[in-house]
Amino acid sequence: VPAFAEPFGLGRAALPEEIAAWNLDVSPDGTGLPPGSGSVADGEELFSDRCAVCHGEFAEGVDNWPKLAGGMDTLNRKDPLKTVGSYWPYLSTVWDYAHRSMPFGNAQTLSADETYAIVAYIIYSNDLVDDDFVLSNENFLEVEMPNADGFIVDDRETVEYPEFSKPACMENCKESVEITAHATVLDVTPNDPNDDAPAAEAPA
Amino acid sequence: MDEKERESSGLAMGRRGFLRAGAAAGALVTGAGAARAEGPDPLITEVQPWATGFGDGVDATPYGLPIKYEADVVRRNVGWLTADVISSINFTPIHALEGTITPQGCAFERHHSGAIEMRKEDYRLMIHGLVDRPLVFTYEDLERFPRVNQTYFLECAANSGMEWAGAQLNGVQFTQGMIHNMEYTGVTLRTLLEEAGVQTAGKWVYVEGADASSNGRSIPIEKALDDCLIAFKANGEALRKEHGYPVRLCVPGWEGNMWVKWLRRIEVMEGPVESREETSKYTDTLEDGTSRKWTWVMDAKSVITSPSPQMPIKHGNGPLVITGLAWSGRGAITKVDVSLDGGKNWKEARLANPGQPMALTRFYLDINWQGEEMLLQARATDDTGYVQPTKDQLRAIRGENSVYHNNAIQTWWVKSNGEAENVEVS
Repeated sequence: VPAFAEPFGLGRAALPEEIAAWNLDVSPDGTGLPPGSGSVADGEELFSDRCAVCHGEFAEGVDNWPKLAGGMDTLNRKDPLKTVGSYWPYLSTVWDYAHRSMPFGNAQTLSADETYAIVAYIIYSNDLVDDDFVLSNENFLEVEMPNADGFIVDDRETVEYPEFSKPACMENCKESVEITAHATVLDVTPNDPNDDAPAAEAPA
Repeated sequence: MDEKERESSGLAMGRRGFLRAGAAAGALVTGAGAARAEGPDPLITEVQPWATGFGDGVDATPYGLPIKYEADVVRRNVGWLTADVISSINFTPIHALEGTITPQGCAFERHHSGAIEMRKEDYRLMIHGLVDRPLVFTYEDLERFPRVNQTYFLECAANSGMEWAGAQLNGVQFTQGMIHNMEYTGVTLRTLLEEAGVQTAGKWVYVEGADASSNGRSIPIEKALDDCLIAFKANGEALRKEHGYPVRLCVPGWEGNMWVKWLRRIEVMEGPVESREETSKYTDTLEDGTSRKWTWVMDAKSVITSPSPQMPIKHGNGPLVITGLAWSGRGAITKVDVSLDGGKNWKEARLANPGQPMALTRFYLDINWQGEEMLLQARATDDTGYVQPTKDQLRAIRGENSVYHNNAIQTWWVKSNGEAENVEVS
């Protein structure tokens, strides 16, 4: 935008304390991890107090709440179980997310050491470390995440776009058409309480 | 149902209520037809209350809501989809809307830790990281930068995601309603990044919200400097609380998750953070168990909004307006084809207005319906030549576990009685 090449002089300098207060993200190479440590044993206790009501004592999940452990080798099956152990590529994400956004409803209440301990317990629950393991900023990158190599960068441009940018058929595109699935068989759509029609059907 | 219940359910609607009762009895007649059959229409021959008395004064409604007879045009949620309403989704009533602009009051919501309430006075935006001048802006600062106005769709990456394995939810509100389209006013992200001075090592920006979930996402610097907006107005007024008041990010054409609400921090970085919302979530698992990441763009998509399961044909045979929406994150919609026979044959629909880049486009096909069953489909084409695929085409490449990015052609089975159902066809 050439007309505005000069700064407007709006805003003010961000102070180091302010940046430190908000800049909590942790990258896969460990950048952003504060010094600290926590053991599986401490994590078990913390997890029981702070996390288990939703995520279960063994991180296996309660009701519809997210399961944090289990599901190994299910990703290529119907209904894969995606957990920290079976799916997440980086431990940094576990630390970052737990530290910043958990517990649900009471976020940003975990100290660095508490977060290390809870993360240690979560990876223990996924059989990735032994019960005497102590996680710290020093050994953080040594933990191997099973699905670290399970991701590819969006390849739709090469895999899908050529296929989906061919001229579209307009006439006699197929021999026959059969209905192969009905939503009403499942009957899971919330209904208007006053009638049997689908939810929020327009009044006549 | 007594009158009070009818009132609260939005069904006390005089002539409309009469017609609804008529439809319930199986009489597929129009209001005008009924009037003809029964002689002079009392709605015309008798003086109606509104034609003799007063309506509301101008002081009755400083900020109005829709008339009660439109009570069905509301957001809906689906309880079983998520564990909790705080980190959940609701759906825009696209079955009942027209044109392209989504009324903010019924535009869908997706929160990860609820819709937070923040005053403009308490709002701060920080830009830091690989910049020459780390900065803090107040809301007032943002209003002093040069402004732009742009209309864009925001589609949740999970829109239609419940439909991957089959036809599940019976209504376009639920199958395609995680979308809204607004005219945004704000400052380009480029303007703010230039104010801070991006260093050459800065290849990504990490953006996060002020809410507990933070919703942090990584965006490549090329997109950040291209068309992203820091928006503080939508459809002419301040953002709604649930849409990020006072400031949200707009990432045109890209999955809704990246449109960070209550935007508080922009960090210019060398690499992506690989946050929870771009590893655990918003990654798309393929049949072999590997997963795509950074599937940012929302591909070309369309859907017929009426007739649809929530919009059955109640007027009998004759002229029928088939209408719907089309959109593409790759650019502008150039063409929408409509099929009445499940994709055997297609007719080009009429675009209400020329397609705008990365915005909803309204289309129409006017037909003369004679009560025949139909398998209605719409198929969008954008200005890159991308043609909206069938669900089978997508599943052949991706399998059924992608969760996100289902832009497949939708089929409505319209029966001879005018009712419509969500189905899949061969």
